[in-house]
Amino acid sequence: MKKNRVIPVLLLRNGWLVQSKQFKRYQNLGNPISAVKRLSQWGSDELIYLDISSDDTHDMRRDDLGHPNRNSIFEIIEDVSKEAFMPITVGGRIRSLHDIEKRLALGADKIAINTLALDNPKFIEQAAKEFGAQCVVVSIDAKLNNGVHQVMRADTREVTLNTALSWACQVEQLGAGEILLNSVDRDGMKNGYDLELLDQVSSAIKIPVIACGGVGDWEHFAQALRQTGVDAVAAANIFHYSDQSVYLAKKYLFEQGLNVRPAELLEI
Amino acid sequence: MGFTQLETMMSRVCILDYGSGNVKSVYNLFASLADSVTISNTPADIENATHIVLPGVGAFAASMRRIHENLPLDALDRVVRTKCKPFLGICVGMQVLAERGFEFGETAGLGWIKGSIEKLDSKEFPLPHIGWNNIDCRQASPLLTGLENSPDLYFVHSFVFHPTDPETILATTDYGRQFCCVIQSDNIYGVQFHPEKSQRAGIKLAKNFLALS
Repeated sequence: MKKNRVIPVLLLRNGWLVQSKQFKRYQNLGNPISAVKRLSQWGSDELIYLDISSDDTHDMRRDDLGHPNRNSIFEIIEDVSKEAFMPITVGGRIRSLHDIEKRLALGADKIAINTLALDNPKFIEQAAKEFGAQCVVVSIDAKLNNGVHQVMRADTREVTLNTALSWACQVEQLGAGEILLNSVDRDGMKNGYDLELLDQVSSAIKIPVIACGGVGDWEHFAQALRQTGVDAVAAANIFHYSDQSVYLAKKYLFEQGLNVRPAELLEI
Repeated sequence: MGFTQLETMMSRVCILDYGSGNVKSVYNLFASLADSVTISNTPADIENATHIVLPGVGAFAASMRRIHENLPLDALDRVVRTKCKPFLGICVGMQVLAERGFEFGETAGLGWIKGSIEKLDSKEFPLPHIGWNNIDCRQASPLLTGLENSPDLYFVHSFVFHPTDPETILATTDYGRQFCCVIQSDNIYGVQFHPEKSQRAGIKLAKNFLALS
């Protein structure tokens, strides 16, 4: 039987991993590669690595961390894939099929697109045709606007005319393999997933939905898996602040009788 | 241990790169286990290798197009089918071993193992089949030593191998219906999941592959 996945999300901003709050405030967390090694050892089912920089420069501003400084997303992806014997989805700043090819060649398994899909929905179809639907993740940032979940553009923070639901259906039709569904309102708030949003979207489409935004407690993962049709639960901030976080989350879910892979710590 | 014996145990892996696939991840896996690993499509490197790996992420038709454009198929055929060196196809690299595929139209495959590639009839389950699923061994095989207890491995695909000869099926997975996830015909092996992404179980499988001669 296929298992539900527990997926840590790392946010990269100009060379540093950051914590995000409602897509507005960012706090530096540190080295973009050493975190990957830990997440792999704690048995993460997958990793989502999003570059949320507003330009292409990356600089750790120090190289005394037992790891050389890195100046491009490509060097970073290459390092990340060496540390992770697990699937990696890389998103952010993808503008062409060539951008996808480069990321896959360096060790990414899937790519996530967001703004580009909004600007040019046909691109989803092209990417699926070239690389297979399974490697195209469309990321949707949903924001509550007068009681309706609208799609927000991550670059301008403008709310578009699409509802999250209609955009998700359209994206599925165009051939996306998965949807990463993030709640802007819950991002960094630790008050749990927007279960209504997750339920709405996951019950309307057949492709897997990855829940994101708002986890402050392992129980929030369990709620999404029990009460909605999401296929995977993702979170960013909560995995950074405790030792063996992913392992403990999976252990909790497994003991709750949820359909996840048994927790294990790996020596890699 | 004599010198000759040592010599025969040296594993030199050649990973074929046809521009579609997660070559780097597969490289990272084998680099941690084999004596030497090269990513190359030259007949010389293919001849010199002890083990050949064909990775893959992508659609069947596009993969076959790139295979025809990039791989020396005569040399590959000689090394794999005449000299019978252990060969492992991963994901689409397994699928292209079939005679034909039906993703985005009908396309001819390499035809090394009889069968076709068809969309997985997953019933109520969504496609692609993405994630960790357990495999059930159907036959004892040196490739699957230590993997008899239905371990979870990582899958990402929508299409599956329908083998003509059930004897070629080494393991199956359940997703709406049972499908073949490990296939073998003589020295040619294919796995639908990604050992390079499957943590402990994937590493075990790669070690088993390198122990084949």
